[in-house]
Amino acid sequence: MAQPPLTASEIEASLHVWLETEFTYFKVEQLAAELEPLTRDEQDFILGWIRRIASTHITLAWQFGRRAPALLPRMERRLLEAWAVHTCDVFDRTGLQNALRVMEQVDTFDEVQHRHDAAGALFDDIAPVLGNFVCGLSGRRLRIEEGDAAWTDGERIVLPPLIAALPNLDDNFQLAKITVALLWAQTRFGTLRIDHAAIAARYTDPERALTRLYALETLRLTARIARELPGLHRQMQRLRALLDPPLPPDWQRFEAVLAAGQTTIDDSLALLDAAYDEAECPQWRDQGCLRPDAIAAARAARLDKEKARLRIKLAELLEEHRGAQPNPQATAETPPELDVTPRDENGLLDFDITLDDAPIAPPEGVKQLLTSVYLDFGEIPPEYLVPAGDGEYDPHRVFDQPEDPDAVWQGTYHEKGAVLYPEWDHGRQHYRKNWCVMREKTVTPVHDSFYRDTLDKYAGVVKHLRRKFEALRDENRLDKRQTQGDEVDLDALIEALADAKDGREMSDRLFVRLHRAERNIAVAFLVDMSGSTKGWINEAEREALILLCEALELLGDRYAIYGFSGTTRKRCELFRIKTFDEPYGDEVKARIAGIRPQEYTRMGFALRHMTKLLNQVEAKTRVLITLSDGRPDDYFDVYRGQYGIEDTRMALLEAARTGIHPFCITLDRDARDYLPHMYGAARYVILDDVRQLPVKVTDIYRRITT
Amino acid sequence: MNARTLDPAHHLIEKEPYYEAVGDEIQLFEAAWRQQIPVLLKGPTGCGKTRFMEHMAWRLKRPLITVSCHDDLTASDLVGRYLVKAGETVWVDGPLTRAVRAGGICYLDEVVEARKDTMVVIHPLADDRRTLPMEKLGLEVEAPPEFCLAISYNPGYQSVLKDLKQSTRQRFVALEFDYPSAELERRIVATESGVSEAVADSLVRFAQMTRNLKGSGLEEGASTRLLVHAGKLIADGVSPVTACKSAVAQAVTDDADMLKAIQELSSSIF
Repeated sequence: MAQPPLTASEIEASLHVWLETEFTYFKVEQLAAELEPLTRDEQDFILGWIRRIASTHITLAWQFGRRAPALLPRMERRLLEAWAVHTCDVFDRTGLQNALRVMEQVDTFDEVQHRHDAAGALFDDIAPVLGNFVCGLSGRRLRIEEGDAAWTDGERIVLPPLIAALPNLDDNFQLAKITVALLWAQTRFGTLRIDHAAIAARYTDPERALTRLYALETLRLTARIARELPGLHRQMQRLRALLDPPLPPDWQRFEAVLAAGQTTIDDSLALLDAAYDEAECPQWRDQGCLRPDAIAAARAARLDKEKARLRIKLAELLEEHRGAQPNPQATAETPPELDVTPRDENGLLDFDITLDDAPIAPPEGVKQLLTSVYLDFGEIPPEYLVPAGDGEYDPHRVFDQPEDPDAVWQGTYHEKGAVLYPEWDHGRQHYRKNWCVMREKTVTPVHDSFYRDTLDKYAGVVKHLRRKFEALRDENRLDKRQTQGDEVDLDALIEALADAKDGREMSDRLFVRLHRAERNIAVAFLVDMSGSTKGWINEAEREALILLCEALELLGDRYAIYGFSGTTRKRCELFRIKTFDEPYGDEVKARIAGIRPQEYTRMGFALRHMTKLLNQVEAKTRVLITLSDGRPDDYFDVYRGQYGIEDTRMALLEAARTGIHPFCITLDRDARDYLPHMYGAARYVILDDVRQLPVKVTDIYRRITT
Repeated sequence: MNARTLDPAHHLIEKEPYYEAVGDEIQLFEAAWRQQIPVLLKGPTGCGKTRFMEHMAWRLKRPLITVSCHDDLTASDLVGRYLVKAGETVWVDGPLTRAVRAGGICYLDEVVEARKDTMVVIHPLADDRRTLPMEKLGLEVEAPPEFCLAISYNPGYQSVLKDLKQSTRQRFVALEFDYPSAELERRIVATESGVSEAVADSLVRFAQMTRNLKGSGLEEGASTRLLVHAGKLIADGVSPVTACKSAVAQAVTDDADMLKAIQELSSSIF
């Protein structure tokens, strides 16, 4: 049964709270009055979003509220939602000014132009599919990104947030796919090889020349696609018949010329003078637009870098080849002759590389570079094939280097080289995209007597541990009296024969079988390194880790230990203490000794990163154990309280969804109120006494993994 | 209708299995066989390793005994074991022993799947001793000159757990297999499945596209075997897009976005 609508005063009361009118002085009375006549369902929709956006920024929520009632009748709810989320994303990325601008854009929302939006293909929905699609087509690997319109610079393909030219979703998706294919064809068939600005400058009206050149190229690429991707071309014809007017007669002539096989950009340029004089210029809904500046910038940045990379790679290849030859002196006299012949036929692009006329197989990396260079020039320029001499290039400049994490943090914050993780915004009921900037660092090892002291201190426990864990260790054993097995169980056979002589039934369990047990567990420990662990807790944690490692070494389980800490989302740090591949040696022991309290307890990113690492390990069972001293918290940030609890809960849920078993050990005595909720997906224990930790933790581990 | 039961140790392949040589692998294999050196076939799944072995068995007129290795395969599974029959123990030869006795070709498929300790039993067979010790019988069986040991593995599995031990791999002559060149693959698909050259061409181009996706979401691109499957479906009247979906896309991935992308690729080509 539908609930009765809220009254204006009820709405007002809620708005006062959400928009904090006490301080912000927003006049909510009129908004409440506007919302009153709506149905309860509509009211709930708008109020829900005001509340959710208010958790991000109150001004945005206020602006949304002012516009939403008027938009509701003419805009799909799905789109209103997408718009609201997009605004919040823009706010996250670039701040309030831009977010308000996005808010305002909705005012120019034209109903006629947007009549198909309900069936539109949203970027977020189609990008994963089209990203793989374009990767499958040959050539340079292109990324798909969201932007203001459809265009390409030869390294990425940009698509608008929504493609909605047709009344049904499937067709809109097809249109997006065709657009992507056309933009891909620009890179693949050489549209981007020329200097567009220079060519346009030859004409009195450069803009006019560019649109005509672009139209000619679209015709040419359409013909190439017809040959390469006939299925796609059929769809293209169908959609163009629906969306675009028929081609003017003169342009049909151009179309016929450009339909010949193996046309290049020169064929289009040859027609440009004639096309320039044409009054009309056809445009297609699927063609996207030309951005000469972006193309030139991407190309300029790419050419030198790839030349250097290719030459270095070729030098390496040559070195390898020479090393394999039995008599290196003989070849050193004359410089080796490298020759590359591109084969671009039948839609496939391949390269034959010969070294002194003997074919060699290029590694994948070299092939990709050759492909990219070929796409830029239509050939491999000879100077690209001169292997780099010693010291000619500084490889640190040519290849992307992992950044030194400490250097990057200094000065203004950089996100370069860091891993970005989303964070769950409880208020918004949505992820904040690429919110946490995460870097892995290594704990500075401290070579002191901590390890020995701990072992001495817990000598009794260690002895006890050994016994317990050794018993746990599953070893190969012979199972007797099996129905099948490698060997005959003589005892059983003699017994059975005696039985048979006696006239009793003979057992069929006459074999022994070797039981091979494999404990196939990978476990990651995530240790709280926040400032609040200073003192007792830190010491207990370190002792617990030492005892754990001793136990785990006995068991042979694969394990990793990481510590986490952070200050704000821009500086989330994960400290490597032991990776899965590292042996438990002096270095690891020294790192455990070197664990020092750092900053705050932001947990979500750490859980997400560990989930990723754990999933890369091959194991039957994966366990993620966190060790923390209290609730999530961060410096002057909303992370304190509900937000942090919800994000942590979400990260644990994500881990559980990938098949990981999360388990939490906490030292917070007041934890009982929030823990059941936060650890919804995980099991947990609360330890009342910090001093118990080292003794208890191995016990807990034994319990949860058997 | 009863299925025909074959004793592999005495069964010779009568009809020539279709095989297109990619390089000089046939000569190499024959030379290795004459020189009594065991052979290791490397290559991605579905590129023709097993077919090559059948072809070579036919060519050399030797019986072929194939063992598909798995992680529970024990040494007794290969060599043989005692069974109890009517109150007595009876020795039963395993496939490897049978192959040695019959002077056939023993082909251990996907050898990395077998446990490392199991593989050790083939070591004496794979060097110049060429004997198979049968500890439980206290015997050693000497392999006749016609006997040949071949193993295959797929180096594409990038698991540290599944790698061949050096002591095993360094006993073999290695033949590397890869997907055939486009032209050859076209011929293979057309011959095997009976589709026209044009359809085979499109299938091969489609396979190339899926191979481009290797490493960015796909573990392996479509193999020649999958193309042949798709081709056979098409030859039987299934529409090309449906055939590619069922025979190729669904076979290489379960990921929804990737499935859709592969379908879009196939519908672009056909």
